[in-house]
Formats: sequence, C-alpha cells, structure tokens
Amino acid sequence: MPWLQRIRPYMMVSPSILIFTVFYIYPIFYMIYLSLHSWDFISPEKEFVGFGNFNDLFASKEFRQVLWNSLNYTLLTVSLTTALSLLLALWLNKKGWIYGFVQGAIFSPHIISLVSVSLVWMWLMDPQYGLLNWILQLFGLQKLEWLSNPKSSLLSLVIVAVWKGIGFNALVFIAGLQSIPKDVYEAADLDESNRWRTFYKITVPMLSPTLFFLIIINLIGSFQVFETIAIMTRGGPVNSTNTLVFYIFEYGFRFFKIGYASAAGVVLLIVVGLLTLLYFKLLSRKVHYR
Amino acid sequence: MPITKPFVRTVNALGLIILIVIFALPFVWMVSTSLKSFPETVIFPPKWIPREIRWDNSAKAWGSGPFLHYFINSVLVSIGILIMQFSTIIFAAYAFARYRFKGDQALFGITMITLMIPSQLIFLPVYLLLSKWGLLNSLLALILPFSSSAFGIFLLRQAFKQVQEELLEAARLDDATEWKIIYKIMLPMARPTLITFALFSFIAHWNDYFWPLVMTTTEAARTLPIGISRIREVDGGTAWHILMAGNLILVVPILIVFFFAQRQIIQAFVYSGVK
Repeated sequence: MPWLQRIRPYMMVSPSILIFTVFYIYPIFYMIYLSLHSWDFISPEKEFVGFGNFNDLFASKEFRQVLWNSLNYTLLTVSLTTALSLLLALWLNKKGWIYGFVQGAIFSPHIISLVSVSLVWMWLMDPQYGLLNWILQLFGLQKLEWLSNPKSSLLSLVIVAVWKGIGFNALVFIAGLQSIPKDVYEAADLDESNRWRTFYKITVPMLSPTLFFLIIINLIGSFQVFETIAIMTRGGPVNSTNTLVFYIFEYGFRFFKIGYASAAGVVLLIVVGLLTLLYFKLLSRKVHYR
Repeated sequence: MPITKPFVRTVNALGLIILIVIFALPFVWMVSTSLKSFPETVIFPPKWIPREIRWDNSAKAWGSGPFLHYFINSVLVSIGILIMQFSTIIFAAYAFARYRFKGDQALFGITMITLMIPSQLIFLPVYLLLSKWGLLNSLLALILPFSSSAFGIFLLRQAFKQVQEELLEAARLDDATEWKIIYKIMLPMARPTLITFALFSFIAHWNDYFWPLVMTTTEAARTLPIGISRIREVDGGTAWHILMAGNLILVVPILIVFFFAQRQIIQAFVYSGVK
C-alpha cells in the first residue's frame, strides 16, 4: 500500500509536532496578542491597547530596575562562572582517581533541585546564625547581611548561581579540552612555544566553540532565573533582586495584569530570541580554526 | 628561591581540599542542621556535631504536610513524562532520521525552535490555555506540555542516523516491518542515548519547582519541591532544623543515584550538551 508508506512519516512526527505547536509555538503568538491588550483574567472582554502596556512598562521605574537587575545578575553570573570554570577545567583536566572525585564533587550541585540549593544557601546566609558569617568572623571579618541588604542581595544570588553552575561548566570545558588533538600540542612543543603562548594560540581558539556554547546557554539561563529569587528573596529587599521572570510571575498571578505581564514576557522573548540568533550566527561562522 | 616539586604538590593538594570543602560544606551543614534540636540551630558560633541527635526531625518534616501525596505526585509526574516522551520522540526521531518527506525540513525546524523556548517564557499563555481546558491543578497540566521533547528528538535522531543502511536493507529483505526495525535494531543500537535522555529528563522534572508552582494552587497536583519549600511557611520561618530535614527528602535520593551512576550522569549531562 504505497499511500500508507507516504503518510507514515507524518503519522510518526505528528504527536510531537502537535504538542510543540499547542504548548510552545501557539503560546508565543498568544503572548504577543495578550501583550497588546489590557485584561485582568476575570472580565470577559480583552481591551485592545496597542503598545500601551509597553509604554507603561518602560515608564515604570520598577521595571527599569528589574531590567537592570536582570542584566547585572546575568553579566556577573556568566562572567564569573565562565572564568572560574575555565580555570578549574585547566587545573582538573588530569588523570587519576582524585581528579575524578573532585570533578564529581564540583558537578554534584548541578543535579540538585534549585529548591534545595536555595534553602541551604538561605540558611548559610542567615545574618544571625548563618555559617558564612561564622567563617567571616573566623578570619576576623565583619558579619554581612547577605540577602537582607539591598547592596549585597543580588550578589548573594550570583554566588549561589556560580556555585551551582561552575561544575557543569568546568566539565563541559574538560570535554572540550580533551577533544583537542594531541599532535597540535606536540607541534607547539617542537616549536618551543611557552605555556602562555600555547594556551593563547592553541587552547583558546580550539576551545572557542565550547566557550561560545557555554556563554550563550548561560546567558539564556541566567535571564530566566526564578527559583532562587522566589524562595530566597521574593524580589526584595526594595526590589533589589527582582528580575524578569519573577516580575512576570508577580504581575500575572498576584496582580492579575495579564496584558502587562505578557508585555514583559515579550521583552524576555526578544532577549532570548536575540541570544539564540547570535548563537546560530556564531555557530554557522565556525568560531574555531580547522 | 626555585619553586620545588614538593612545594607545588602541596599547594595543589591543598587547593583540591579547599575545592572539595567549598562544594561539600553546604551538604554537610544541611545534614548537621537536620539532626539538631531547635535551640542548637540558634547558637552562635555554630556547632558542627549536635549534642543530642534528633532523628525525629525528618519525621516531623514529613508529617508537616501531605508528603506521601507529594511524593506519589512527583513519581507519577516524572515517570509519566518519561513514558509519554519515549512514546513520542522515538517515532519522530526515526522519521526525521530515516525518511525524506515533503515538509520534513519545516517540521524539523519547528522542533528545533521549540528547543529554544524555555518554559519560563511561555508559562502565562500556557496557564490560560490549561485554565480554559479546566486542567489546572491536575497532573495532566504537569505532564502534557512535556510529553514530547525537542531535545530528545534531536539526540535520538543523531543516534538513529548512525545505524548503517545495509542493516536495515537486510532486515527489509527478510520482510521485517518498520515497527520491528525500530524495536529490534534501532532501539538496541541507541541504548546509550536512551539512557542518557532518561536520566536527563527524570532529574529535570523530579527537581522542577517552577512549573508545578505556576500550574497548581491546591494540594491535588503539588509535588515534592513545592511541599518542601512550604515547610517554611508552616513553622513561621525559623525552624531551620525541620526545613533542612525536609530538604534531605529531596536531595538524598538524587545524591544516592549520583553516587552509583556518577559517570553515566555526568556523561549524560555534559556530552549531550556538547554534541
């Protein structure tokens, strides 16, 4: 039956495509539609307001700070995670059970629920009885307020994110390092290249696909931070840790301003979209030599 | 003074120890706190080993809410998602890997775009959709949106593509049906990828807090992460010993699995990302 053969592939892909369309593609368009309306979730009519929500959004001092917080959090988290995990990868990329053990230890936070991680760090950062302040005092330093002071709250969340993400990043870097062919290094040795030069001229360029992959997925991931904020700070104190997804969540589910929250969602969509585009651009240009 | 080898070795070993401490300390502290009595959690400087070990903290945490219900929900959701994903992605990946058909590029394009749409981006419209269907506060709301996986299709398609064509032709000469080819040839060959994906998916959904938080407002469909995070509200925010004991319920199963399958899990997460 040739017709059966012809429709077979469509039958095979249709369940997945149906799910993707209903739960991912359609919601994107629905969100854009909602962002152009004013709606409180209860009234039967959605009132068309054009770009009004976006005007309100950018006129709001609160939202401008949320954007600033997101950007700050993301840049700090990504740069610290990338730099530290690259250093760790260069250090831990060795054979021997002890290195395997340490690799496992630094990776373990990656598979732990963000809920657990957030709760433990909240306890560690407790200003009165927290272990971190005890350690600071051991070294003769002042106690910190960590999450309850707007000056240090965002940075405290960055510390948690770096702690959680560094192991995964380091192991991806190690995988990248191990895929660099050994003969390239042997050739460099013959040329009596020094260590720094070898790192700069060989390791970095050969590692650049891994580097860009990690930077982009970390950027996209950091812009969506939610759990640590929802559990540890609820956006406070004084809006200092409020970021995009938490803001959307609050305006959608606490204040029932669906259109306004959707507009903030569209802003996030644009950020994630641009980063994704950048990723594919860099990928297609093949950022490494070879 | 020239830097000697023993010196370098000592610094290296010291560095490794500091590294382990940084990553183990929060876990150790969590266990230590979970075994303390309340007065011992609020003394400063803190004590590492509790004077009197309180095993009943975990029982108290477990008893502070319908935790058996949360646990069953967590199992049903993560296993349910996994079963649904396997039953959809295997066929889709096979079709994308082995057939040429009209529109295959476009359909694969939709799949790849989905890979880039995180749930944190579309939760609001999906919430409204599920609300319209009356599915909020049900396990279906937690399972349905994840019942296929673009990432899974992508991984499995790569694995299926590597199976040699001759093998399939030989099977077809023997009158094997497509179903038999998938079942007898493709799936065994793709076993490592299937295990990788299963680990990845299970851990992600077992740990997930965001989606259940957004899609449920009643106990009916709540899962462990939500339950654990709410112990805080129950005891007024200071019962750190109970909270940490509850936290162990969430952490210990995953850590035990990690202890035994460390290599596979790391490979699953690291290499599937790199490829």
